Amino acid sequence: MSYLEYAVKSTPSGFRKFLYMNWPLTLLLISVASAGFLMLYSVAGGSWMPWAEPQLERFGLGLTVMFIIALVPIWFWRNMSVVAYLGSIGLLIVVELFGTIGMGAQRWIDLGFMRLQPSEVMKVALVMVLAAYYDWLPAHKTSRPLWVIIPVILIVIPTFMVLRQPDLGTSILLLAAGGGLMFLAGVHWAYFAAVIAAGVGLIATVFNSRGTEWQLLKDYQFRRIDTFLDPSTDPLGAGYHITQSKIALGSGGWNGRGFMQGTQSRLNFLPEKHTDFIFTTLAEEFGFVGGITLLILYGLILIFCMVTALSTKDRFSSLVTLGIALNFFLFFAVNMSMVMGLAPVVGVPLPMVSYGGSAMLVLMAAFGIVQSAHIHRPR
Amino acid sequence: MKQRNPKPQGLAYKRLPRRALILGGLQVAFVGGLAARMRFMQVDQADEYRLLAEENRINIRLIPPTRGRIYDRTGQIIGQNSPSYRIVIVREDAGDIDKVIAKLSELIPLTQDEIERAKTEMRRSAPFLPVTLADQVTWEDISKVAVNAPALPGVTPEVGSTRQYPRYEDFAHVVGYVGPVSDYDLSQIDDPEPVLHIPRFQIGKVGLEAKQEISLRGKAGAKRVEVNATGRVMRELDRQEGLAGADLQLSVDADLQQYAQARLAGESAAAVVIDCETGDIRAISSAPSFDPNLFVRGISVADYRALTNNKYRPLANKTVQGTYPPGSTFKMITAMAALEAGVISPSNTVYCPGHLKVGSRRFHCWKRGGHGTVDLETSLKRSCDVYYYDVALRVGIDRISEMARIFGLGVKHDIPMSAVAAGLAPNQEWKQRIHGQEWLVGDTANASIGQGFMLASPLQLAVMTARLATGRAVTPRLVRSMNGIEQPSGAGEALPINRNNLEQVRKAMFTVSNNRRGTAYRSRIIADEFRMAGKTGTSQVRNITKAERAAGVIRNEDLPWERRDHALFVSFAPYDNPKYAVAVVVEHGGGGSKAAAPVARDIMLQALYNGTPPLEAYPAGDRGRIKEQQKRLEGDRRPKARPDEKDRA
Repeated sequence: MSYLEYAVKSTPSGFRKFLYMNWPLTLLLISVASAGFLMLYSVAGGSWMPWAEPQLERFGLGLTVMFIIALVPIWFWRNMSVVAYLGSIGLLIVVELFGTIGMGAQRWIDLGFMRLQPSEVMKVALVMVLAAYYDWLPAHKTSRPLWVIIPVILIVIPTFMVLRQPDLGTSILLLAAGGGLMFLAGVHWAYFAAVIAAGVGLIATVFNSRGTEWQLLKDYQFRRIDTFLDPSTDPLGAGYHITQSKIALGSGGWNGRGFMQGTQSRLNFLPEKHTDFIFTTLAEEFGFVGGITLLILYGLILIFCMVTALSTKDRFSSLVTLGIALNFFLFFAVNMSMVMGLAPVVGVPLPMVSYGGSAMLVLMAAFGIVQSAHIHRPR
Repeated sequence: MKQRNPKPQGLAYKRLPRRALILGGLQVAFVGGLAARMRFMQVDQADEYRLLAEENRINIRLIPPTRGRIYDRTGQIIGQNSPSYRIVIVREDAGDIDKVIAKLSELIPLTQDEIERAKTEMRRSAPFLPVTLADQVTWEDISKVAVNAPALPGVTPEVGSTRQYPRYEDFAHVVGYVGPVSDYDLSQIDDPEPVLHIPRFQIGKVGLEAKQEISLRGKAGAKRVEVNATGRVMRELDRQEGLAGADLQLSVDADLQQYAQARLAGESAAAVVIDCETGDIRAISSAPSFDPNLFVRGISVADYRALTNNKYRPLANKTVQGTYPPGSTFKMITAMAALEAGVISPSNTVYCPGHLKVGSRRFHCWKRGGHGTVDLETSLKRSCDVYYYDVALRVGIDRISEMARIFGLGVKHDIPMSAVAAGLAPNQEWKQRIHGQEWLVGDTANASIGQGFMLASPLQLAVMTARLATGRAVTPRLVRSMNGIEQPSGAGEALPINRNNLEQVRKAMFTVSNNRRGTAYRSRIIADEFRMAGKTGTSQVRNITKAERAAGVIRNEDLPWERRDHALFVSFAPYDNPKYAVAVVVEHGGGGSKAAAPVARDIMLQALYNGTPPLEAYPAGDRGRIKEQQKRLEGDRRPKARPDEKDRA
C-alpha cells in the first residue's frame, strides 16, 4: 500500500466521485468542443454533415471515456503507465509495418469505426511513463547523468519512430512534452542549456544538409520552412496556405463577418478549413472577440490543470497533470502560431475544435486522468 | 487524520511548484503573445486584410454593350444584331468528353479542326467554364441538339449576338462590316478598352462600322461577382449597366441605293446621288459589290480569292476611294475660272479646227473635224476641247486649280467611310513639289479638259455638281442622325463666285441634255418639272499616238476592257430648283454620253419620283426599251432568298 493509497482513504467512493470531479474543467472542455461543433457546422455551409454530427458523436464518446477513466483511482493509472508506454511503442511498430498511408505519411491504424493515430496515444503515454518514472525515482538522483539518460531514451525512441512516419510536427511535440516534463521533475538547468545549445547546432546542421546526399528533412519540409520565412515568394504554391490563412484571419476584424458569413472559408480559399485551419474560420466569422474568447478558454483549461497539479501532494498526479496540460498547450499554441503565420505549416490540429476522431478521443482520455488525479487527491 | 511522510522531501520535490510556475508562466505569456498577434492582425491590420479578402473573392466581369443599329433615312434596317447560335460544352458536366463529342458529331457536322480546338481549350480552362464547340450553327442543328439533350451531358446550345446586314451587297461599301478583334487591331489602339479583350468581340473593320466604331460600340457594363478559389462564379453582387451603342440613321435611301446598285450591275462603276438642299448622300453605290455578312462570319479562302481575283475589284469602294480623270465633266470648272477671272465672256468665241498647237505639241479635239466657231454654251453642249485649251492657257492653271477647290475637287470630304480619297487638283507649286518639274503649258491644256494630273472621285464629282447646281458649298452628309440627334446639315454657305457667271455655266449644262445637239440629249428627261442639266465626260486611260491618230483612233469597242475610256456623267435636276446631283462613273465604259448618262438619268428619275418613274418622263422613243429595263430591274431587286436564311427559317 503506497503512500497515495494510504493518504486518499478519505477520497470519495462510488458515484459520489462525480461530485468531486473538476467540474469547471469539464465545462471548459464542453465549451471548447461546442465552439468546434459550431465551426464545423459553419464550414459545411450550414449543415451538420459531414463534420459537425460525427464530431458531436465522438465528443460524446470522449466524454464517456473521460468519466470512466476519472472514476478509476489515479494509482491504477500510475501502475498502468509502463504498459501504456510499451503498448504505444507496439502500436507505432504496427503502424510502421501495416499502417494506412495518408497524405504521404504512414500514420493511422484503421480500426473500422475510427482511425487510430498511435502517435497521439504516445503523447499521453510518454507523459504518464515519465511522471511515473520521476514518482519512483528518489529525488536526490534526479539530476544524476545515469538517471537522466533513461528518460531521454524513453523520449527519443517514440520521437524517432514518429519522425520516420514521417510526422515532424508530432515528433517535435513529443520532444517538447518530454523535455518539459523533465524540467518539471527538477532536472538540473545545465542539462537543458546543453540540449538547447545542441539543438541550435542541430538546426544549423539540418539547414546545411539541404541539397546534399544526407539531407535530413524531406524537400517539402524545407519548402514549408522557406515559405514560412517568406510566404510571398510563392503565394499560389506552397505559401498559399499561410497567405490565405492570414487573409481570412485578418479580414475578420474586431467583430468578424458573422456566423456563416466568412467569405474566405466559404469560397474555399482556405485550405483544410475543417481541420488544421479551423481557427481561421472562427477568427474570420467571429473576429477578434471570438478568437480571444477561445484563447481565454484554453488559458483557463491550463490554469485549472495547474491548480489541480499544485493542490495535490502526490508527485505522479502533479507531473501527469502538468504534462497533459503542457501537451494541450503545445497543441493549440503550435496550431495558432501556424495559422497566424508565426510558425511553419505543420500538421497539428486545434485541440477539441478541429475535425478528427482519435486526437480528441486521446485528449479526453488524458483529461480523464487529470480528473482522476483531482478526485483521488490526498486530502 | 494521521499524516505520514514516508518519502524524503528532497531538493527536486521542492522544485516542482517553482518549475510548474515557471513553465505555466511561459505558457500564459505565450498565450498572451498569441492574443497580441491576433489583435495586431484583426484590429490594427484588419482593413488591409479585408481588402485582400475582397480582392480574393470579387471579380469584375464585363457585360458587352449592344452595338448600335444602322438605319437608312426611311427607317429600314441596314445593320442589326441578330441572334447567333453556338454549341458549348462544359467539361465537368460532360464526363467522358470523347464519347459526348462522338455522339454530337453524329447529329451535327463537326470538323476535326473544331473538335481539336475545343479540346485544347478545355484542357487549358477550368472544368466548369463553357467551351465553344461549334459557332454559327443553324437553327436546325440547334434543335437537334436540344432534342437529344439527355444523351449529351454538358452540351448546351447558346444564343449569342452577331452583326447582320439584311441588305447584303447594297451597303457593303458604305457600312462595311464588323469582325472579331484581332491582335493587329489591338496593337493599333492606344490603351484598348477592356471589352476589346473579350474573345470574339466584334468591332468595325471597314466603312462606317469602323469609322463610327466608338459611337456604335457603346460602353461596356460591368458586374461584380463573387468567385470561389477556383474562379467559379458563386453569385452576382451588383451590376452597372453599360451604355448601348448609338443607333445611326444614314442619309442614304435604301430603296434608291438598291436601285442604283441594280442599275450598275454588270459594270465596274460607281454612282453618287447627293441631295442639293442638305448635302445628304441619297445613294452611294459601287459595283460590283460583295456580301458583308461573309466577312462577319469569317470569309472562306475560296470566297475571298474570288473577290480579289475579280478584275472589276468588288472590294474597292469606287465612290470615294476610286479616283478618275474627270474628263469633260471638269470643263465647268475651267469655264468658271475663266469667267471669274474675266478673261472670257459667255459670248466670246473660239474657233475650233479640231486641234490647237500648244507649244510644240498639237492638242486634239475629240471631234476630228472640229466644232467651228464655239461660244461658252456650245463648248459645253458639244464638249469642244479646243475652246478649253484656248481659255485655260489664258486663265492659267493656278486659277483653275483654285476654282476646282472651291467646287470641292482636290479636297478630301469628311464622310465616315474607309479610304476617302482627296483626288487631285494640281497647280504649279504642286508639280514642283511632287515631281520637281516646271509646270508646262501642255499640262494646263490637259488639265483644262480634266485629263493629265487631274483626279476626282465620284463623290467629289457629285459634290461639284451640287455646288454648280446651287451655288452653295454643299458638303456631303452620310449620317443623318445619331441616337435621334440630327447631325449638322451640309447645305453650306454661298460660294465666293459671281452668280451671273454660274448661271451662264448652268444654262450651258442645261443644253447638254436638252438641246438636240447636246452630248446627252438622248438621256434627257421629258417631264417638265424635272428637267435635267448635266455634262458628259470621257476620260482616256491611254495615250493616243500620232500614228494611231493618223490611221483613225481605235474605237472603244475594239480595245481590251481595261484600255477603254472611262465614261462619266454628272447632272442635277430639276434645273430650276435643283433637288439632286448625280455623278456616275463607269470604269472603261466607253463614251460618257452612251455609257454613263443613261444610268445617271435613270437613277435621277428614280430619286425624283421616289420610286419607279412613269414612262412619260422618258423620251417617247426610249419608252419601250425603258419599260423592259424597269421590268428586269424589278425582278433583280425582289428580295432573294439567301441560302443562309433558308437554314435559319
